[in-house]
Parts: sequence; C-alpha cells; structure tokens
Amino acid sequence: MSILVNKGTRVICQGITGKAGRFHTQQCLAYGTQVVGGVTPGKGGTTVDGVPVFDTVEEAVRSTGADATMIFVPPPFAADAILEAVDAGIKLIVTITEGIPTLDMIRVMPVVRRAGARLIGPNCPGVITPGECKIGIMPGYIHRPGRIGVVSRSGTLTYEAVWQLTQRGLGQSTCIGLGGDPVVGTSFVDVLELFAADPQTEGVFLIGEIGGNAEELAAEYIAKHFRKPVAAFIAGRTAPPGKRMGHAGAVITGGRGTADDKIKALKAAGIEVAESPAEMGEAMERALKKGR
Amino acid sequence: MKIHEYQAKALFREFGVPVPAGKVAETPEEAGRLFDELAVPRAVIKAQIHAGGRGKGTFREFPDQHGVQLVASSEETQQVAARMLGHTLVTAQTGPEGRVVRRVLIEEATNVTRELYVGMVVDRQRECPVILASAAGGMDIETVAATQPEAIFYEPVDVNLGIRPYQSRKLSQKLGLGQGDPARQLEAVLRGISRIFVEKDCSLVEINPLGVTAEGRILAMDAKINFDDNAAFRHPEWKELRDVHEEDPIELRASEAGLSYVKLDGDIGCLVNGAGLAMSTMDLIMLHGGRPANFLDVGGGADLHQVIEAFRILLADSKVKAVLVNIFGGIMRCSTIAQALVEAHRTVGITVPVVVRLEGNEVEQGRKILAESGLTIIPASDLTDAAQKVVAAAAGR
Repeated sequence: MSILVNKGTRVICQGITGKAGRFHTQQCLAYGTQVVGGVTPGKGGTTVDGVPVFDTVEEAVRSTGADATMIFVPPPFAADAILEAVDAGIKLIVTITEGIPTLDMIRVMPVVRRAGARLIGPNCPGVITPGECKIGIMPGYIHRPGRIGVVSRSGTLTYEAVWQLTQRGLGQSTCIGLGGDPVVGTSFVDVLELFAADPQTEGVFLIGEIGGNAEELAAEYIAKHFRKPVAAFIAGRTAPPGKRMGHAGAVITGGRGTADDKIKALKAAGIEVAESPAEMGEAMERALKKGR
Repeated sequence: MKIHEYQAKALFREFGVPVPAGKVAETPEEAGRLFDELAVPRAVIKAQIHAGGRGKGTFREFPDQHGVQLVASSEETQQVAARMLGHTLVTAQTGPEGRVVRRVLIEEATNVTRELYVGMVVDRQRECPVILASAAGGMDIETVAATQPEAIFYEPVDVNLGIRPYQSRKLSQKLGLGQGDPARQLEAVLRGISRIFVEKDCSLVEINPLGVTAEGRILAMDAKINFDDNAAFRHPEWKELRDVHEEDPIELRASEAGLSYVKLDGDIGCLVNGAGLAMSTMDLIMLHGGRPANFLDVGGGADLHQVIEAFRILLADSKVKAVLVNIFGGIMRCSTIAQALVEAHRTVGITVPVVVRLEGNEVEQGRKILAESGLTIIPASDLTDAAQKVVAAAAGR
C-alpha cells in the first residue's frame, strides 16, 4: 500500500511539448511511471518519446483511461489547465508550475473541491511512491521503498530529507511535495489523514517552512488524532521578517509564521523536531524508537 | 511588488475610496506651489518611500526633521520639502541605511477625531481574501493582533461576489459607526479596496489610519498596496508604478537573472538550489556560529550563465569572507555548478575560500571538474561538515 499513486496509476502530462514537460515525462517514464499521454492544444496527433499527444484533456482521458495528470503549463494558462483536468474527471492533479497568481488558485480551488478531485501543488516537486510511480520532478534514485511517509512544503530540502532517510535504511511509502505558494491544493492535515489510513506508513517526516500556519494546524491535528511517530524540520529560523525567501509563501508577515512558533507547536504535539537540516534522518529514527 | 502611498491613493480615487486632496512633488518649488493650489490653511507633507514608520523616522542630514510634517504656508512647505527631497530618511523599517526621498506628497490637513484600521490580505487557510478591520487605528496592527486580538474583526471576501453590503453593515456596527451616513461611507471604502484587491491582483491593501473627521467624513489617511508578483504578466501597467530606486540593486540584478536573492548582514555567502534548502543552509550556518551574507536560490532549472551570474552577485558583496555552495542536484546538474564555479573563477576571480558540498545528479562529474580545475576548493562531505568548514574559513581559521 501507499497513498495517492501506485503501479496502476495512469498519468498524462499537460504541457508535454514544452522543455520541462518533455524532459520530466522522459524521467518519469524511465522511473517506470505509466505516462500514457500528453496534452498540448494544437499539437494533437503528434507523439513525444512515443507518448501520444492530444489537443484536449477530455480526449486524452477518453483515449488512454488516464486517472492522474501532471501539469507543466506556464503560469498564465495553468489555472485553465487545472480546470480542464477537473472537467475531464481526473481525480489527481499534480501541478508543478511555479508562479501562478494567488487569486487564480483562489478561484480554482472551490471547483477542484466540488468535483472531489485532489490537487497537489502548485509550485511543488510532485508525488512519488518509490519503486512504483513518480509524478513530478524529484530525482527518482534517492528514494527507496519503505515505511516512512514524507510530506513537505519544499523541493530540494525534501530531497535532502529523503536522502538522509534512505542512507539510514529508512525507505519511504509515499513522498509528497505540497508546494511553496500561499494557496495550495493539499495541506499537511490532508496528507496526514491519508497516511493515518495507510498500513504501509509507520512513521511520517514533515518538512515545513516559515509563512502561514499550516505547520501549527498539522501539530494540532497530530496531537489530537495522529497515532504514528512523527519527526519534523522547519526551514527559515534565521530568515528576516517581511522578505520573501524564494517561495511566494515563505514570508514572515506581521510577526506571524516564524520558524520558532512552528517548532514550539510541533514540539508541544510530541513531534521530534530536527534542530539542524543535517539531522533529519536521525530525528526520524528517534521518533520511531520513541513511538507514540 | 510595493508601490508608493501617492500611487496607492491614486488607485483609491479611481475606485471610489475617499482620500484627502493632495498631489505629489519632486522639487521644493513644486511642493510650495502645490500648497497654494490646495488653498487650505494647513497641509501635511509626507516623504514617499516604500517603508513605514515615516512619522517617527528622521533624516540623516537633518536629525530633527521627521518624515511627516504639518505645514501652514507655501514658504514653509518649500523649506520642509527641501530638507526631505534628496535626503535619507531612516525609520524603524528601513534599516540603518535608510532610503533617499525622491518625492513628497502634499495633502490637505484634516481634523481627524477617530482613527480606524482597514486592511485586506489573503487568508491561506480559508483560501480567500479577508478584510480586517479594527477601531484601534493608527497603531501598528501587528501589535494590536498580539496584544488584543479580539479588537480585530474579519470578513472573508468571495472573489467573484466582492464584499457584500451585509458584511459592511456588520463591520460598521463593530467599529461603532452605526448604520447611517458613516456606515455608507465605510461601505464605499470596503467596496473600493475589495475591487482593487481582486482587479489589481494585490497581496495587501491597507489603510492605517482610516480617519473619521470632525465633519463626519471618512478618509484614507494612509495607503499601502502590495501586488502579487506572480500576476505581473497580466498587469503591464505595473511597470510604470515600479520604483527601482526602492529596490536593493543586487536583489534587482538577481531577479533580472531569474535568481532569488535576499541580502542579509553576515559574511558567509551562500549559493544553494531550492528555497527550502537555501533557508536551511542559512539556519545551519547560524547553528554553527556563523552569519549568512545572503539567501540565494539558483532554482532547479538554472543554466550555466545563470549560475555564473549567481557567483558574480555573491562575490560583489564586499562583506563576504567565505562562500558555501550547497547543491542537492535533483534536476540541477552538479557538473553545471562545478563548471560555473570554474568559469566564475576565471572571469571574476575568487579571492575568498569556497566550501563546496555537492550531492545528487551528476555529482561525480561535478567533483571531477573541480578536482581537475586546480582551484583551491574546500570539499565538504555532508551538511554539518560544510557548515563547520565555512564558518572556520570566514573566521580566518
């Protein structure tokens, strides 16, 4: 078992003929993901590395039976691409695109929810169930199948955490990048609920960063409802207030969203917090030993 | 992206949010003339910079001159404007370096008897914009939020419907404006900022204070608007509103190269791929007793030229005594980073110690390029090792 994606997941790539879309389609195929089609308006009937390209998502779904999509469409057209995927009945929409206006996401989210679809991202590395299915831009080789669920607001920092886990012999059930924007489709709590119900997942590593209060909400949920061991790391302890640290969502505003507040909330919920990014794997081991 | 108060107030006028009569001047003579044009007994002269705390802030050249002042004649306006324009205003928000004032806003002085607060931001949890209102105007809203959170009222705004009249009535009641004429004026204010927020892709609209005058007029005394940078592609008009003088020249250069750079006050330059890892690298340096000179995220898809530019930007900071390169190559190839480092050394010269930690995609090729380059690079085996080495190098050990 795993969450969200597995061997049977059939994926299309929206924006497959772009530079990033093409490259990552190749990478996902090489990892073993069933990429069954691609969509680029006006390029229907062509192929990219043997993958058939369609003009619309509806046509792609009809022809391939796809049940998931990864979106590389540029920011001005990304909201439309998400809505098109929802309209075509796709239930897992992984949006990699960085730079989508916040108000576009605010308009799109109610439509996604009404349709009962799950949106991961935007501005995220994607989802991977090691050894089975990779939808996104993460390097596949650092992962190893196992029992730790990983959920993160970051990209490369997630790779760092996964790498440390793998080196310590702690494989992963599923790893999910939530994305670095202020409004994202899936929260820590959403993913924790899925991990709670997944028998393969025996512990969770959570990676947060400054800005917003998603980590505080996760801490509250874990304290009340989550029974598996959890370890965490929060990036941005030394970030200055008011400055956007790369991610649109990573900014301390009005004295809120600081790393110290988040770390305090996580510790209060009994979560093992890594003091240094070099000790993420170690913190996970401690959490597993301690149990809950 | 931030804009000036006078620009925000122009948008307010356009969207029906009442503001005091006023105009902006770039020279003392113009300022004096504007006072006469206003034909009022008293005016307020306000220095225009992208930072708050102007009323309490003072000028480096004239320590007794504040950034906001009441004036009563054309001559006085001209004199005060002369002390502001071209001079450096230091406030609690500018940092010790302050900002050079290039424009002043001359406004009619008003008889404000009550100061309210109205703001609008995105509520991440509710996934919609939210209006914040408080009777505790004129104060720092962050302080109000921390000390008396019950004094701030919230109304979520549906982006398709805008603020509804009933929401305005609720807020009016809570702010003690009743349901008569002041309530109708408040509704115009809220409708205006809600439209600006949505139509102009804002991340913040703030009026602090929103004044109630002795005559019963409601006026936006101050105006702050931040735009969502991600929406720049559909707002060509923002180009005209942008004031590059208000931006850090190095941050500007970085953003033009597609890099994300934030200047900090330490002496260890950082070059990292990915925002989360870049923040963690700063944290790690602090943890080991060093101080980062910057946040620099080269992103996942940067090419050789972008990475070379990143090294140039990093080394342009004369405070940098050592550099830490921390790369976890997912998409980014470690070999690209290594080539860029060699190239940067060849073209700009690197005179400070460089600690390099490479992991991930094409790491072996990257290490080989560095080893064969003959550059004196301090290799690090993992994160902790890298941090310890760069902190020692910056301290001259």
